Amino acid sequence: MAEKNISMRDALRNALLEEMRRDERVYIMGQEVGKWNGTHKVTRGFLDEFGERRVKDAPISEMAIAGAAIGSAMVGLRPVAEIMTINFAFLAFDQLINHAAKIRYMFDGQMKVPMVMRCATGWGNQATASHSQTPEPIFAHFPGLYVGCPSNARDAKGMLKAAIRDDNPVLLTEVIALYPKPGPVPDDEDFLVPIGKSELKRDGDHVTLVAYGRGVDWALAAADVLAKEGVRAAVVDLRWLRPLDMSVVFESFKKTNRCVVVEESLPTFSFGSEIAAQIQDKMFDYMDAPVKRVSSLDVPLPFAAEIELMALPNAQKVVDAVKEIL
Amino acid sequence: METQTVAYTREQLLDWYHQIVLIRRFEERSLDLYHDKKIGGVYLHVYNGQEANGVGSVNALQPQDHVITAYRDHGIAIARGVDPKRIMAEMFGKKTGVSGGKGGSMHIASAEHRMWGGYAIVGGHLPLATGIAMKARYLNVDEVTLCFIGDGATNNGYFHEALNMSAVWNLPVIWLIENNLYGMGTSVEDASGQVELHKRAVAYGMEDGGRIDGMDVTVVYEAITAARDYASKNGPMLIEAMTYRYEGHGVSDKMYAERKDELSKFRNRDPITVLTEHMQQMFGNDINGELERIREQVEREVAEAVQFAEDSPKPTYEDLFSNIYV
Repeated sequence: MAEKNISMRDALRNALLEEMRRDERVYIMGQEVGKWNGTHKVTRGFLDEFGERRVKDAPISEMAIAGAAIGSAMVGLRPVAEIMTINFAFLAFDQLINHAAKIRYMFDGQMKVPMVMRCATGWGNQATASHSQTPEPIFAHFPGLYVGCPSNARDAKGMLKAAIRDDNPVLLTEVIALYPKPGPVPDDEDFLVPIGKSELKRDGDHVTLVAYGRGVDWALAAADVLAKEGVRAAVVDLRWLRPLDMSVVFESFKKTNRCVVVEESLPTFSFGSEIAAQIQDKMFDYMDAPVKRVSSLDVPLPFAAEIELMALPNAQKVVDAVKEIL
Repeated sequence: METQTVAYTREQLLDWYHQIVLIRRFEERSLDLYHDKKIGGVYLHVYNGQEANGVGSVNALQPQDHVITAYRDHGIAIARGVDPKRIMAEMFGKKTGVSGGKGGSMHIASAEHRMWGGYAIVGGHLPLATGIAMKARYLNVDEVTLCFIGDGATNNGYFHEALNMSAVWNLPVIWLIENNLYGMGTSVEDASGQVELHKRAVAYGMEDGGRIDGMDVTVVYEAITAARDYASKNGPMLIEAMTYRYEGHGVSDKMYAERKDELSKFRNRDPITVLTEHMQQMFGNDINGELERIREQVEREVAEAVQFAEDSPKPTYEDLFSNIYV
């Protein structure tokens, strides 16, 4: 399969372009997606190609953007709604949780809600407390919604395309820090990363590092450092928080018997909590050490760069956590 | 009275009489069944007193149009032609209910009737209506969305976002406020700065359809017929129908006894009485025999609905997990 080295931003853009060209029912809606060319420039040029019918600049109305996406999906369109950052998706929380995630079930399958909600996520360079969150686990709490977060350009394209083609509501978050990061991306209109499929990024037999989103980069960097010291760390990218595919983690854990979870989000009631719970429940006989969690510290993120960075995870923190349980 | 501008046929008015009496008796029976613990749960919001508004408006629509409402939904579903047996079965929590027993009283929907529910978060269905109406413009089809709004729902953010968005995009949606004077136990005067709720249309640059008598089915029918024509061609319209609920907000409402004076005022304008008088004026007292036959027919229909619900199977453990996802 031919590949191109492009940024995650362009990979997402290509995914959207291809899907809109493929399926007339797919449209985009959100703040600044059209005339502004997208806050994160994922939708640049879309208004010129598709026009106002399919590229809808919405008012600053997160509840209505989410709700209108759901309503239009119920009657046959396939919206890809954008909420500028996931921090603002809290305004749309009721629509995503009480409506998108429940409509199919509440009405016992009479309707489907084939919508995608895209949101930028993650720490944003002194963006401060209300603009620097990575709260995917909160959204992944609820059955009825799928939640994914790609760690690289290739997955970003494949996951977004899979989300658009799926008949269920999907929240796809995009790590702001990863938008410019290049990577090899298949130049294939039918390249998909299936919903609910995790990936072994690196094999190893001493410890299993489990991550998603930006945590994958920290885990891979930590694995490089550890390798120089003779520690062979496996890295698993879960990609999707719901449905959560633990098969690759369990397979690796049977070899390593140790696990460190790496995430950008907060530690309490978290991604790490869930992974640790599942490992102790399903892999108890294989456990040689407690599951360690590397996450943001349990504080709102401050403005000042020095203390902001202290609160965030990094590769060294992962290395340190691994050494605690070796 | 400013009605009778339309030449009504005998069949048409008898049909509406049938619908109104059916809703009345269905709801009265529902309350009995709730108190007899045949209908479970803690929610049952009946439509007694408001029937003319539901019947007059829904009957002004075309088959391809869309209907969506809040949790006081049984009567609107009946007016849209949904089988009362399956509505009653839903309220009994039976597998044969419109929503398989998973939705209950507040989640009555029938996709084949384009009756999209039945929503229990106040205001949450308003942006869904916006989205449903988007489809008509997107595909350039003549489909109008009728969205019922309780007076209480005009005070949360959904109202603002959904109506504004519909105005920005000139969507074919009729926003029909059912002003029954109370949001739960709080009066409109205690909750709204502008108590003439239809006037909020001005804030959105939307057509103000004014305030109408929601107790007279012909008034409502004529208003919504005109609104449908307007919305289809031009864009959204906001209308306020004055009506009254004869029972409390829900079965838990204990404040109801304090409203005796109000109740008797509205009882004098009861939807059944008003329509009966219209028909007697138009067709003479010969109509009375037919009205009696309809009332007898309704008794049979309600009894059949209850029997069907009683005899239907309950959902099973497998149903607990079905239709969470497509």
